[in-house]
Amino acid sequence: MDAILLQVLNGLDKGGAYALIALGLTLAFGTLGIVNFAHGALFMLGAFCAVALNKLLTLEKVTLDPTQKTPWGAPLEIRTPYVEAWLGDFGKFLVDWSVPISILVVVPVMLLIGIAMERGLIRHFYKRPHADQILVTFGLAIVLQEIVKHFFGANPIPVPAPAIFAGSADVGALFGLPPNTIVYPWWRLIYFLFALVVIGIVFAFLQLTTFGMVVRAGMRDRETVGLLGINIERRFTIVFGIAAIVAGLAGAMYTPVLPPNYHIGMDFLVLSFVVVVVGGMGSLGGAVLAGFLLGILQSFASMNEVKAIIPGIDQIIIYLVAVVILLTRPRGLMGRKGVMED
Amino acid sequence: MSEKKLIVNRRQIIRGAAGGAALAVPILHYIKDAHAEEYCNMPKGKEVVLGFNVPQTGPYADEGADELRAFKLAVKHLNGEGDGGMLNTFKPSSLKGNGILGKKVTFVTGDTQTKSDAARASAKRMIEKDKAIMISGGSSSGVAIAVQSLCQDAGVIFMAGLTHSNDTTGKDKRRHGFRHFFNAYMSGAALGPVLAKAYGKDRRAYHITADYTWGWTQEESMKKFTEKEGWQTVKTVRVPLGAGDYSQYLTPVLSSGADVLILNLYGKDMVNALTQAVQFGMRDKVVNGKNFEIVVPLFSRLMAQGAGEAIKGIYGSVNWNWQLQDEATKAFVKSFGQEYGFPPSMAAHTCYVQTILYANACEMAGTFSPAGVIPALEGFKFDGLGNGPTEYRAADHQCFKDVLVVKGNEKPTSKFDLLSVVELTPRSKVEYDPKIFGGELGPINTKPC
Amino acid sequence: MFKRNARQDLIFFLVFSAFVLSMPVLLAPIGAGYPDLLQKFAIYGLFAIGFNILFGLTGYLSFGHAAFLGVGSYAAVWMFKLLTMNVIPAIVFAVIISGLFALAIGYVSLKRSGIYFSILTLAFAEMSYKLAYSVLTPLTNGETGLQVKLRASGPVTDLINQDVRVLDAAMGIEENGIPAPSLFGLEITGWQAFYLCAVMLIAGFYIAMRINRSSFGMMLRAIKSNQNRLNYTGVYPRPYLLAAFTISGMYAGLAGALLAVTDPLAGAERMQWTASGEVVLMTILGGAGTLLGPFLGAAVIKYFENIFSAINENSLHAVLSFLPDPVENALVSVLSMFVGEGWHLTLGLLFMLIVIFLPGGLIEGFNRLIGLFTRSRKQTTGENREEA
Repeated sequence: MDAILLQVLNGLDKGGAYALIALGLTLAFGTLGIVNFAHGALFMLGAFCAVALNKLLTLEKVTLDPTQKTPWGAPLEIRTPYVEAWLGDFGKFLVDWSVPISILVVVPVMLLIGIAMERGLIRHFYKRPHADQILVTFGLAIVLQEIVKHFFGANPIPVPAPAIFAGSADVGALFGLPPNTIVYPWWRLIYFLFALVVIGIVFAFLQLTTFGMVVRAGMRDRETVGLLGINIERRFTIVFGIAAIVAGLAGAMYTPVLPPNYHIGMDFLVLSFVVVVVGGMGSLGGAVLAGFLLGILQSFASMNEVKAIIPGIDQIIIYLVAVVILLTRPRGLMGRKGVMED
Repeated sequence: MSEKKLIVNRRQIIRGAAGGAALAVPILHYIKDAHAEEYCNMPKGKEVVLGFNVPQTGPYADEGADELRAFKLAVKHLNGEGDGGMLNTFKPSSLKGNGILGKKVTFVTGDTQTKSDAARASAKRMIEKDKAIMISGGSSSGVAIAVQSLCQDAGVIFMAGLTHSNDTTGKDKRRHGFRHFFNAYMSGAALGPVLAKAYGKDRRAYHITADYTWGWTQEESMKKFTEKEGWQTVKTVRVPLGAGDYSQYLTPVLSSGADVLILNLYGKDMVNALTQAVQFGMRDKVVNGKNFEIVVPLFSRLMAQGAGEAIKGIYGSVNWNWQLQDEATKAFVKSFGQEYGFPPSMAAHTCYVQTILYANACEMAGTFSPAGVIPALEGFKFDGLGNGPTEYRAADHQCFKDVLVVKGNEKPTSKFDLLSVVELTPRSKVEYDPKIFGGELGPINTKPC
Repeated sequence: MFKRNARQDLIFFLVFSAFVLSMPVLLAPIGAGYPDLLQKFAIYGLFAIGFNILFGLTGYLSFGHAAFLGVGSYAAVWMFKLLTMNVIPAIVFAVIISGLFALAIGYVSLKRSGIYFSILTLAFAEMSYKLAYSVLTPLTNGETGLQVKLRASGPVTDLINQDVRVLDAAMGIEENGIPAPSLFGLEITGWQAFYLCAVMLIAGFYIAMRINRSSFGMMLRAIKSNQNRLNYTGVYPRPYLLAAFTISGMYAGLAGALLAVTDPLAGAERMQWTASGEVVLMTILGGAGTLLGPFLGAAVIKYFENIFSAINENSLHAVLSFLPDPVENALVSVLSMFVGEGWHLTLGLLFMLIVIFLPGGLIEGFNRLIGLFTRSRKQTTGENREEA
């Protein structure tokens, strides 16, 4: 029982990440009809916003202490972050909370990157075949990750969560189980909740605002909306920016779970496409549903009991589900008719 | 009409010329290539080229970076620059401080990416293009074994860096490959008794193992020596290299009834898995009435640095530690620390030592030819390189020396003071018959390349 | 008319062959005249030429071709371990196995088209890669990689670590240490291995050229230009697509086998989807749909990978030392982004520029250049373009 509950938690946590990435991908696809292979790179850029902020806050002032010596005879170096030196306890707080604070950086930065990408590149590819879109965004993904590699190096950079979330929560106690039967890391629980909040905001935005209504109408029938005299293009640009923000937020908040390297986007890209396909191309609800579903499926597949029956299933379950869905129900779980059915 | 004829004529000429070239070029090429060489990459000028093939990216990149620093330092010392480091304590030494056999030492570097394919491509480039006479490096046993067999085939010497799998000098040993580092068998033999003393003889162990040659032999050795002490093995799980998020492998541990988790992982993988295990509350758990414990059989200071708090009180074994108090260690730490501002890791140490040992063997043999260098290294006994008296066993090209069992420091005095030595297991306790792992060294290869 | 085309093809083919065979001499001045790199030119050239038969002709973008290359490598190494070190059985077996594998995956994947096809191939390739790394370890030896080992002297218990080489044993071939791949006694290493790869490349090029010129090739191009119209005319395109997919899978298998011949070790990394992405890059860079383009793209990328990536800041400083210091330093810090470890950045940018401005790849670029200089002979350039 507790083992199963633990796997569900694990699945929700993974699923949160999958759902967020797939949501952004679908947003761009459903509105603009663009197959964006650079979406993983946006996730990566978000993660590196968090890394950059953390690096900036922990820039250190080096003072030499001549009274103490290192074993090789040089004076001992004492390092203190500038922020702490200037701001005292508030500085310490800033450093500790750098990941949540990075959200404030991620939103404007990713919005700008998204808009620049759409205006500068994607826009010219609306009329070109999907293969060309895949290729040019694949190239862009390489360029983006190489730029990050140039500045941050090729190796993963750990970014700690705030100290109070470093430990684990006794989740079992909530369900009336004896203490310490189910413990789960705080940050992973927070990530799951965060994913829910972001998804909620995006849906509310699309459902409840006029802007969202126009965008949804545009997704259905761009031409008619255009004929009504509404500048749908400009709105689509903003939607692309929102997609970039969602991907960036997913990446930034994921850094304490998995130290990011420049390549992390490519690793998530394949997964996110699989999630989108399973959910149904162009369906926002489908992307979210499929994200959580695949996360939980993957968690269960990696239980020792399951692996004993089907060896290796934990490695391929996601792809297997994608293949089966594509062959039997190419529209995915919740895909709309007529989207990408060529 | 006439123009067409002209074109045809021109084409005929091109065709004739091209056909001729197609035949002549390969032949010419063979003639050009067949100049006299007594063995592969025989140094002809005033310089000798060494190839340092280390992981600069991937899960073992930190170790790789430190290895590279040590290689550069060793080259400096061999060429008579700097303070000489362990060259001053090494005995018996034939080194003269003027390069190797009077030739200045230069080097090329490559990135193995912690992948066998990439490592071999990089080593091939060093041998074929840069004419390296010796390849060194490692940090992944899979890579080390792959490169070692390449060096055997090419006829150059491979001085393994950090590689801990039994296979490197066991079933995959080669005449041209030499290893100074200790191996999984020795770790197991040294750790088994210490663990039994610390945690009792009635323990149930769960292994999480890196899925390649090193992980396999490490798991095998740890199983063998803990079971000898009365422990049970509940389950062994293999994980791919560089998995990153270990949550899906860690959660089943909690419900398996195991009370010890043995992490047969290394580098960043170990850092990630250990931190995540601690996040999942494993070190606060009580199972079967005993405190849940984590063991990391192969430790290093770099990993300890990466894992931070999580490492405190955890047992493991190392090949060497910079806080040892012998003269050789002090000399090495001094020159490395002055050069780079922090103490060397054990990966750095073994790479430095290997470079010195290779150079010394060339001086002893009076030649760079494998026919001279290999016999000079086989059975070579030395001291003054930080591990006390050491022997390169001729039967499997494995160095034998004492093994250090360490524990994560509870109260570090500096950010480098992370491991404290618990026990020095003498060489006699970790020695074994070379036959138990099988494999054959094969012949000395002096074919020109 | 038709005859003249055949004649042009012959000349084109002969020039290509002559060039490939003389690469050791021709490319030595640019630092590429060593066997390992030239082998890679030929092997990845073959891989890309094969990939082009699918992508270039039909427009179906597969992101999973590295899987076939990997399967070919494993098959070849197994032949080395079980039968003989002679390269012929290894190559033949690898091509057959990867062909079958491609047939199976192609049969399923081609039920869908467009982006769905790409994702299906991607999913299959990732599955193959992950399985090769985990449960298929008894076949692949996982991360360690499948290697040629010593011939067992006693009873065989572990085929990964003990080789049998039944044929070699039956023919009484003595082994001293681990043998190198051979061709009836001639050791295939270094330059010999390059010439073997070169001959295979030339053969592969010839076959690709024949396919291009045949009615089958015409059919494939028809699929690319308008599949609906084909359907309406009563042609069922899938068998043609499947044939193209399988043939390109066999090319990949051949390339994989040659990788195993030049270096008898097969690792799972060469099956990863980013490796599939690399062959896409090569084909597009050189010019998808052209005969020469894929080889050109493969050679350019492999050359960059080996040579460009070896340039570092010091060598840049050496080249630019004639400039005033501040200018030199600024220039070096900018340029160093694009060379050495950053060469992928150059590659990515180049690739983007090509997709945006030159969808026909480098070949189209050359043709445009030629067109600029020989405007008066426009007709012939038009023909050349089609031919190249």
